[in-house]
Amino acid sequence: MDAGSFLFRNARIIDPARGMDTEADLLIRNGSLLEIRPHLQVSTDGLKDLQEIDVSGKWIVPGLIDMHVHLREPGQEYKETIASGTAAAVAGGFVAVAAMPNTNPVNDSAAVTEFILARARQEGSCRVLPVGAISRGLAGDNLADYGDLQEAGVVAVSDDGQPVMNSLLMRRALEYARGFNLLVISHAEELELSRGGLMNEGPVATMLGLRGIPNAAEEVMVARDLLLAELTQSRLHIAHVSTRGAVELLRQAKKRGVPVTAETAPHYFTLTDEALMAFDTVFKVNPPLRSAADLEAIKEGLADGTIDAIATDHAPHSALEKDLEFEYAANGMIGLESALPLVLSLVRKGVLTPLEAIAKITCNPARILSVPLGELRLGTLIDLTLLDPKEEYVLDCTAFRSKSRNCPFHGWAMQGRVLMTLTEGRVAYSRLGQVPA
Amino acid sequence: MPFKRKDLLGIRDLEVHEIEHILDVAFSLKEINTRAIKKVPTLRGKTVIHLFYEPSTRTRTSFDIAAKRLSADTYSITASTSSLVKGETSLDTLKNLEAMKPDIFVIRHSASGCPHHLARRTPASVINAGDGMHEHPSQALLDMMTIKERKGQLAGLTVLIVGDIAHSRVARSNIWGLTKMGARVIVCGPPTLIPPRIEAMGVTVSLRLEEVIPEADVIMMLRLQTERQQQMLFPSLREYAIRYGLNCRKLKTARADLLIMHPGPINRGVEISPEVADGPHSVILDQVTNGVAVRMALLYLLGQR
Repeated sequence: MDAGSFLFRNARIIDPARGMDTEADLLIRNGSLLEIRPHLQVSTDGLKDLQEIDVSGKWIVPGLIDMHVHLREPGQEYKETIASGTAAAVAGGFVAVAAMPNTNPVNDSAAVTEFILARARQEGSCRVLPVGAISRGLAGDNLADYGDLQEAGVVAVSDDGQPVMNSLLMRRALEYARGFNLLVISHAEELELSRGGLMNEGPVATMLGLRGIPNAAEEVMVARDLLLAELTQSRLHIAHVSTRGAVELLRQAKKRGVPVTAETAPHYFTLTDEALMAFDTVFKVNPPLRSAADLEAIKEGLADGTIDAIATDHAPHSALEKDLEFEYAANGMIGLESALPLVLSLVRKGVLTPLEAIAKITCNPARILSVPLGELRLGTLIDLTLLDPKEEYVLDCTAFRSKSRNCPFHGWAMQGRVLMTLTEGRVAYSRLGQVPA
Repeated sequence: MPFKRKDLLGIRDLEVHEIEHILDVAFSLKEINTRAIKKVPTLRGKTVIHLFYEPSTRTRTSFDIAAKRLSADTYSITASTSSLVKGETSLDTLKNLEAMKPDIFVIRHSASGCPHHLARRTPASVINAGDGMHEHPSQALLDMMTIKERKGQLAGLTVLIVGDIAHSRVARSNIWGLTKMGARVIVCGPPTLIPPRIEAMGVTVSLRLEEVIPEADVIMMLRLQTERQQQMLFPSLREYAIRYGLNCRKLKTARADLLIMHPGPINRGVEISPEVADGPHSVILDQVTNGVAVRMALLYLLGQR
């Protein structure tokens, strides 16, 4: 699709990178952002296909960034592909997604990175930011070739899905990555402590007779990785923070200047382990849904900035992995098409201001990944998300663009919805025609 | 009185009046098992399938005898003979069996929640015959029946459950049932075998068996699976038997009318000494006898649907 020309009238424009939260008009010509200003006077010369749209009450924000997704291609295309995953992304308002390396083959080489980027160019609806493996084959034995990976286009390295159990390897990864100013993303889980675990350790696990995963399984590794980041002075990012203790460890580490950032996922500030009472495998995820006290601590961590970003950990699985006994079902939930209303719920609950909430899914992940995205930049091909923060609807995952249906929020009454997503100046997703103005 | 449920998946779901009703029916059906001709036509023309993914002698035989004494046709499928070894999921197995129009499935599986997973997908009734570490409702019902038979009632009694609480579906179902019926439940074992936050189920925890024995009207000993030793849960069978095994010496402070129970199979000399297992307080074989009556009651109530 060609780059479009748009004049959005009376938008609430929220661009946290420059602290902007203002009502104004926004002009895009041939995909480039030209001007943001109230009551914009536009001469229509040379702008005959300009679409002028009154978006009173709607928000325009920088295109959203999800720094943690699993696109399953190459290798598990029956769950998701780069095409379907990025289609889901733009429907959820995202213009860039960081794709974790636990594909088959693992993204531990330039060849796989190049394949992913080529696929994204050919079939993708938005940018894919590949994440390379920390260790070759995610095996936890040897470092992958970070130089090659970075040259091919990875934005970070992670063994996500698996922790790096060997502390020396983690030290070396942090040190070696520093040579490329490459971010190391830690999946913090002590596998001996979590072994056999199926859900959060606590009264619900005890009642259900399901083996528990203690908070300490996460916190032991968060503590270790914070110490290693401090030792090596290398940049560390903690993925999918789920426990109160992990938030506190991060808070203390940030206070003493450890170069660390962190993300959590919408399910960790929305759901608790009580959701598992009926053995519904859609709620099986790793790290597991925790207690109400953990959920509150996650919100506090988001509010005080201890947790920098919200990422979905979009993890598609088919009925083959999910329509099983709880014990045998795979971990993971999809999130790209349900994240935005859940993030906006934090604003309605007074946990975050609109600027803070949008920062967690735009400029903060962009800064963490060192990518030039996440803000409304004049003169460049625009990435933006137009959303209606008030629209109420029932979430229907059967209508999702993702190939998978493992969404724990199906049937929920939601508020806040994407109207249009522009990536690099093009309309990647739009419901504008279907919505009465 | 009709029984409203399609399935019997756990004691946690049951109301007090439902438990009372099941026990009343079990007491009235028990007499059939003492007749010369141990068969009534109640479930004639009904089909019961025992789908057992875990080895079981007592429970499967008990359900099978119960069904046959009610004149149901019964079929047993065990993991070794099923298509599970060919990689078929339990759901596919269930769907195939369901196509043959059975009325009741009796399901045992090592995964907690398996009968719940399957019950949602079949119009037939499902009885949970033990799922993982979750529930074993027919065991708790037969235990409650045995206590009630000896003590007249459950309310006001103190029941001590001893051993590997963490991995025990028998403990969980009994905790739900006994506390609902007004008994006080104390669980006792090494801290490694007491599951986190078990107090949320309405019990108190004791870590020293000798201290709580004098309070008990009933002691239920649980089977210790010896492979737990490899999971760093206790150091040796010897130490376990000394600290948490029941023997005559520890029973010196017990009440004269104490009942001692065990769901079987027994590890003689580990959790219970032979003298105690076969001694005057023991009602272990009464439990087995009542098991048939309780399972007849469950099959009868679900079969009437």
